[in-house]
Amino acid sequence: MAVEQIKFGRRSFIKSSVAAGGGLLLAFNWFAPESAKAAVSGAESAWFKINAYLKISSQGGITIMSPNPEVGQNIKTSMPMILAEELDANWKSVVVEQAPLDTNLYTRQLAGGSDSIRQSWPGLRRAGATARYMLVEAAARKWNVPSKEITVESGVLLHQLSGRKGHFGEFALEAAKIPVPSEVQLKDLTNFSIVGKSQKNVDGLGIVTGMPLFGLDYIQPGTLYATIAHPPAFGLRLKSFNATKAKAMPGIKDIFSFKTFNDDYKRQWTDTSSFTELIAVVGNSTWEVMNARAELVVEWEQTPESRIIMAGFRSDMEVNVPAGLESTADHHRKMKEAATGPAKTERRDGNPEETFRTAAKVIERIYTAPFIAHSPLEPLNFFADVTSERALLAGSIQSPEYMEKTLSARLGLPLEKIEIQMTRIGGGFGRKLYGHYLVEAAVISQMVKAPIKLIYSREEDMTSGVYRPMYHATYRAALDSSNNLIAFHVKMGGIPENALHANRFPAGAVDNYLAESWSVPSNISVGAMRAPGSNFNAAAEQSFLDEVAEAADKDPIQFRLDLLRRAKENPVGKNNDYNASRYAVVLELLREKSGWGKETSPKNRGVAAYFCHNSYSAQVVDVVVENGIPRVEAVCCTNDCGVVVNPDAAANMVEGSIVDGIGNAMYGELTFTNGKPDKSNFDRYRIIRHNEAPRKIDVHFVENNLPPSGLGEPPYPPVFAALANALYKATGKRYYHQPFIKNQF
Amino acid sequence: MAIYNLNINGKKHQLNVDPETPMLWVLRDHLHFLGTKFGCGIGQCGACTIHLEGEAVRSCVTTISEVGTKAVTTIEGLSVDGTHPVQKAWLEHDVAQCGYCQPGQIMNATALLKRNPHPTDQEIEEAMAGNICRCGTYTRIKAAIKTAAKV
Ligand code: FES
Ligand code: FES
Repeated sequence: MAVEQIKFGRRSFIKSSVAAGGGLLLAFNWFAPESAKAAVSGAESAWFKINAYLKISSQGGITIMSPNPEVGQNIKTSMPMILAEELDANWKSVVVEQAPLDTNLYTRQLAGGSDSIRQSWPGLRRAGATARYMLVEAAARKWNVPSKEITVESGVLLHQLSGRKGHFGEFALEAAKIPVPSEVQLKDLTNFSIVGKSQKNVDGLGIVTGMPLFGLDYIQPGTLYATIAHPPAFGLRLKSFNATKAKAMPGIKDIFSFKTFNDDYKRQWTDTSSFTELIAVVGNSTWEVMNARAELVVEWEQTPESRIIMAGFRSDMEVNVPAGLESTADHHRKMKEAATGPAKTERRDGNPEETFRTAAKVIERIYTAPFIAHSPLEPLNFFADVTSERALLAGSIQSPEYMEKTLSARLGLPLEKIEIQMTRIGGGFGRKLYGHYLVEAAVISQMVKAPIKLIYSREEDMTSGVYRPMYHATYRAALDSSNNLIAFHVKMGGIPENALHANRFPAGAVDNYLAESWSVPSNISVGAMRAPGSNFNAAAEQSFLDEVAEAADKDPIQFRLDLLRRAKENPVGKNNDYNASRYAVVLELLREKSGWGKETSPKNRGVAAYFCHNSYSAQVVDVVVENGIPRVEAVCCTNDCGVVVNPDAAANMVEGSIVDGIGNAMYGELTFTNGKPDKSNFDRYRIIRHNEAPRKIDVHFVENNLPPSGLGEPPYPPVFAALANALYKATGKRYYHQPFIKNQF
Repeated sequence: MAIYNLNINGKKHQLNVDPETPMLWVLRDHLHFLGTKFGCGIGQCGACTIHLEGEAVRSCVTTISEVGTKAVTTIEGLSVDGTHPVQKAWLEHDVAQCGYCQPGQIMNATALLKRNPHPTDQEIEEAMAGNICRCGTYTRIKAAIKTAAKV
């Protein structure tokens, strides 16, 4: 059993008090770091912030306030499971409440980066163990027996020798008077009975019965409806508009233009938006405002070039936004030019140039990927009720903590007068990290002095920007006369940013290695999409490695394993940001589970593997061609994300990543003509459908009892390449350019 | 504007709206049946699926004047406690990720099973092809439909 310190210096991680209505209230830090050392050396002050609560009522009910938004990653179920495990609670008696944003209480409210479980694991375990300790102490005092003779099971305290027992609720109030211990014992992972066993989604019943759980469903009495009009093309802005006809339409209350940000405001990264002056149409119903919007007569003008300084993740970023109306054909031309031009060296090992010059064989390939619209099924929308005193916002947002600051600046209200209620999010994929729509709702409410519900039509949603960037990569590999990989070169670019992760595999496994990057500015706004950067990196690199393995006359899995052995035994360079052993184990498990290389296995199969967000994922995709159209028959996927908290839900998320990856690889593409997106709704913008999804998906996890890491993103990147490699087997053609269906079939 | 006497989940609702108003917005904005979702507004995603006289229709492209007094069933009318066999199958397979598409998927699946109580895999795929799940829960949806078909 691990003994965990919960107190450092004068301050404690955990505070206890008597709950309102009786019982025990523990306040703790949801994101307390893994170790005491990290706490002391890390950002100590931020860290000590209390940001979560555990309440055990005198009736025995257990409530956990979750500070994290739920976007379908199932944390509302899996996070409380961790706490309940250490508490030895009856899992069924635990309820989870979504806490509103309150920066005094909660920190790190962000759904992104597949980090929720990884970061909350130590804090949740410690809180559960602490509450358990205090309940046991309270029972020991009351029964007058030594605490070590008391056992706890499923929310019941038991003293075997005297036969006394009682449920948590009976001791909750007394427990609140026990001092918070300075150390607690955590369970041995092998004794877990809740974590690692599949538990159903706590919101499952609400979802299947149509309960109003989502952002779109949040309204209050007296709410007006609003929609917006943004410029039809990137590179345009509002010049003037005439709303006479629209205003006279039934149910319309007001039509006006407004700016999303104040002119002198320094934007944060979550404030990304190409269109910052919009027209609002406000009225009695969604249908009426959408009709009136169609009747607006608007004149747009070209936006001049600008330079925006944005507060980024770590430091300020300077973003150059060129003028002009861009088309996809221009993008391709510019990428071609830039790909042969100067680039920034991101990593260099050995002497790649010389090795390429003298190699027995050199393979060079180019890969591209288009802009993609995230298109969560719930369109952008938000509720806002802003008065001169305060602001209440409610809806689907992945970054409430950041957006609260933006709102404060824009509305002229202090942070403590702003409340953001988080609802269940109807899909995000990164799009709902960028909360301009929330600010827009707030400004509209402030201007009309009424609660409003802002709803984007699908068309406004799809054409409003913040896309997955467009990418281009040139890969080169050098083989010696015995087919050993002796040099590797990646030169990666993008519009307006590139996807390079210079220190990922095969960096570290090749003596001579060069990674370079470039980018081409654009006025089309982009943002993180599921496994940002990694999704293209993996697609290109893992397709390329397949071709290199073929050129070297090696089995693609064995080829990777040989490289990984090199990276493990004698790594090149110091900054390799993957663990070669864990990577290899996932591939070995995949080889076994998929029956790779067996005579009886399907013939049209492709393999790929990738590491990102601290987890490893590998896949074998089997493709069949039916009436000239490829269909994924089956996918076998192995993953290492440490402890799997909720196995069936984890498998569901992996299945979703695979379907999403196949969909975007096959069909995902947004092109532009004179700045205008060529598609604006699901009639032409293809999202993968039932009859295009894999017929079978097998998901496996490596059992290694390491601390849990992300799973929302890691299985997504490799599927692009596994599919491309399978398509090659099926058709004899390599697939270099996404989307595959358009470019090759 | 015109007065309508709607029959939703077996109950009467009277309201006065533009005859062209899609049922989706009648349900959501006027009557606050919020289980029916908005995804595309052009009949392409199935998030807004309801039953009209037992048949699945896209409420975003079905006007109130087309509905009139015909029997409408929404997800709320299937069962409020999740006991409808299709809802039960959805819970058994823990289908949902974000969950946003699922009311529409369930309504379409229910109509399918009424028409065709024992659909093949291919029939399921074809019947469900109009319902997008952006989170990619298709394999579970298929499994749930097959479970519901067995009862
Ligand atoms: S909202 Fe009706 S089909 Fe998409
Ligand atoms: S579960 Fe999210 S769209 Fe289907």
